[in-house]
Amino acid sequence: MVIFKRVVAAMLMVLVVSVARAELVVEVTQGVEAPTSVAVVPFGNDTGQALPEDVAAIVQQDLGRSGFFQPMLRDNMLGFPTRSEDIFFRDWRLAKMDYVIIGRARAQDDGQIRIEFELHDVLREQAMLSEQVTTARDNLRDAAHLVADRLFERLTGLKGAFSTRIVYVTAEQLGPKRQRFRLQMADWDGARARTILESSEPILSPVWSMDGSKLAYVSFETGKPSIYVQYLASGRRERIQSFPGLNGAPAWSPDGNQLALVLSRDGNPEVYVLDLRSRQLQRITRHYGIDTEPSWSPDGRSLIFTSDRGGQPQIYQLDLASRDLKRLTFQGNYNARGRLTQDGRFLAMVHRSGGGGNGFDIAVQDLKTDRVDVLTQSAMAESPSIAPNGSVVIYATQEGTKGVLAAVSLDGRVQFRMPAVSGDVREPAWSPYLR
Amino acid sequence: MQAVNLTKTLVLSAVVALAAGCSTTSTTTDGGVAGAGNGTGTGGASSYGVSGGGVSGGAVVTAEDLKQLRTVFYFDFDKAVVRQDGFNDLEAHARYLSQNPSASVRLEGHADERGTREYNIALGERRAKSVERLLVVNGASASQVETVSYGEEKPAVLGHDAQSWSQNRRVELKYLSK
Repeated sequence: MVIFKRVVAAMLMVLVVSVARAELVVEVTQGVEAPTSVAVVPFGNDTGQALPEDVAAIVQQDLGRSGFFQPMLRDNMLGFPTRSEDIFFRDWRLAKMDYVIIGRARAQDDGQIRIEFELHDVLREQAMLSEQVTTARDNLRDAAHLVADRLFERLTGLKGAFSTRIVYVTAEQLGPKRQRFRLQMADWDGARARTILESSEPILSPVWSMDGSKLAYVSFETGKPSIYVQYLASGRRERIQSFPGLNGAPAWSPDGNQLALVLSRDGNPEVYVLDLRSRQLQRITRHYGIDTEPSWSPDGRSLIFTSDRGGQPQIYQLDLASRDLKRLTFQGNYNARGRLTQDGRFLAMVHRSGGGGNGFDIAVQDLKTDRVDVLTQSAMAESPSIAPNGSVVIYATQEGTKGVLAAVSLDGRVQFRMPAVSGDVREPAWSPYLR
Repeated sequence: MQAVNLTKTLVLSAVVALAAGCSTTSTTTDGGVAGAGNGTGTGGASSYGVSGGGVSGGAVVTAEDLKQLRTVFYFDFDKAVVRQDGFNDLEAHARYLSQNPSASVRLEGHADERGTREYNIALGERRAKSVERLLVVNGASASQVETVSYGEEKPAVLGHDAQSWSQNRRVELKYLSK
């Protein structure tokens, strides 16, 4: 029963629950519930050869970083069972584990590797899941993330987001006036990074299309900002029609047919929507203040954007049909670059509290209750991007004098740093589900 | 609020430009007496239209003079109002542009690293536009001025403190042709 409650709590933490349970969400975001404890036992290797990746370690890291689970350290494990009959449930119960995950790798006749894995409920002494994934030897990371996705879904009822990718921009100072900008793509945990665009001029604001097949971003490669679309499979690029002044902050509509963007061709920065089929441009905002950083609501019916029309940057929502405008943020003197969770309920943003605090943090606002939770203690956090299942927010911040990527679970409890790469790292963007 | 500030800026710029113009008239010859509202000063002073057509004319600014003029103008946090200490030099740049119709400048707007990147791009553009407006009000033609904003992407100084930030909130004026 306790376990069941914890699983429910875990589900609530991802904040995609029905209205009826709203009061429980508050409890969870206050950090009352402990994460579910799991032991990911090192997987057995029956292939007769050393494997290039430690699959169980990747699974353990994925589950731990989601914020839902507290994995047991390997050093504390009394044994490393790889088969269900070797699990001594009493030991794991004493270690206060709710679940034990075991597995093993086997070689197939065709040279592929088969990962068999099992999830066991410690209290009930029951198997909850027993599956296998087959992959090429050099593709074990994909297999590990897939295993983590399956376990996550079985335990929380939510689709795992461990097989997703991120893109981000790195900047390196090569000389007094020489910089190198790179657009890079990596696994969600930062592993297997590769460069997909390189330029001596700034690159910024990468965003994924909802089908995960292409990116839009801003590049200054011509000396002026232009929006480009890059197809990931082929690397083919096309430049969206450019206008004098700003061309920035692209955002795909959920159906992929429209691109919200910011142009200053009419005098100052305004939000527009470009229909990618008809190439028709529609002006959305009309104000002498700065209007920028549009992002679509998941139902595609409204845009949220940053505007300083009230004197400081705050986030507004505009209904595209009725043109009704609503200011969403009131706490703090700087709220910008909002992103909504897929259920439309939570708004992640860059936030500065004002008063004593002078730093820029990542905050999440519950749009039902307007409660604001500041998730970071950072001087310079920016560019929040939410996992497709709403569990984790990735963002850019500074460590010492270096720009780095970090992430925090939406309840603020689990924070972690992405692996270091050369140069300043910024502008992370989380992909949608890719399968 | 911004509009009010801007109006104030423009009025101030006109006033300062007038003062600057007067102070130079004793040492230079009259030049570029153009536009409406020609001055009637006797000491070789020229025209100073304070409203509408803006200030035009004034002493000749040579390409050599340009070397003495500031080309970087700084701003307060989250503000796009040109500081008064930049007015004299901007007015002289404007005068040079009005006297040399084939000359043109590029105004590059920048922001410090605080705040979000796209907002800072917008802020950098607003700063560049403020400078552009001052140039045009003081006699440059809009076709001689182009603006681009880099936001926080090209800091002048790489530090992460108040001193560095103040040097990064800027507009750089670069001649494309003289």
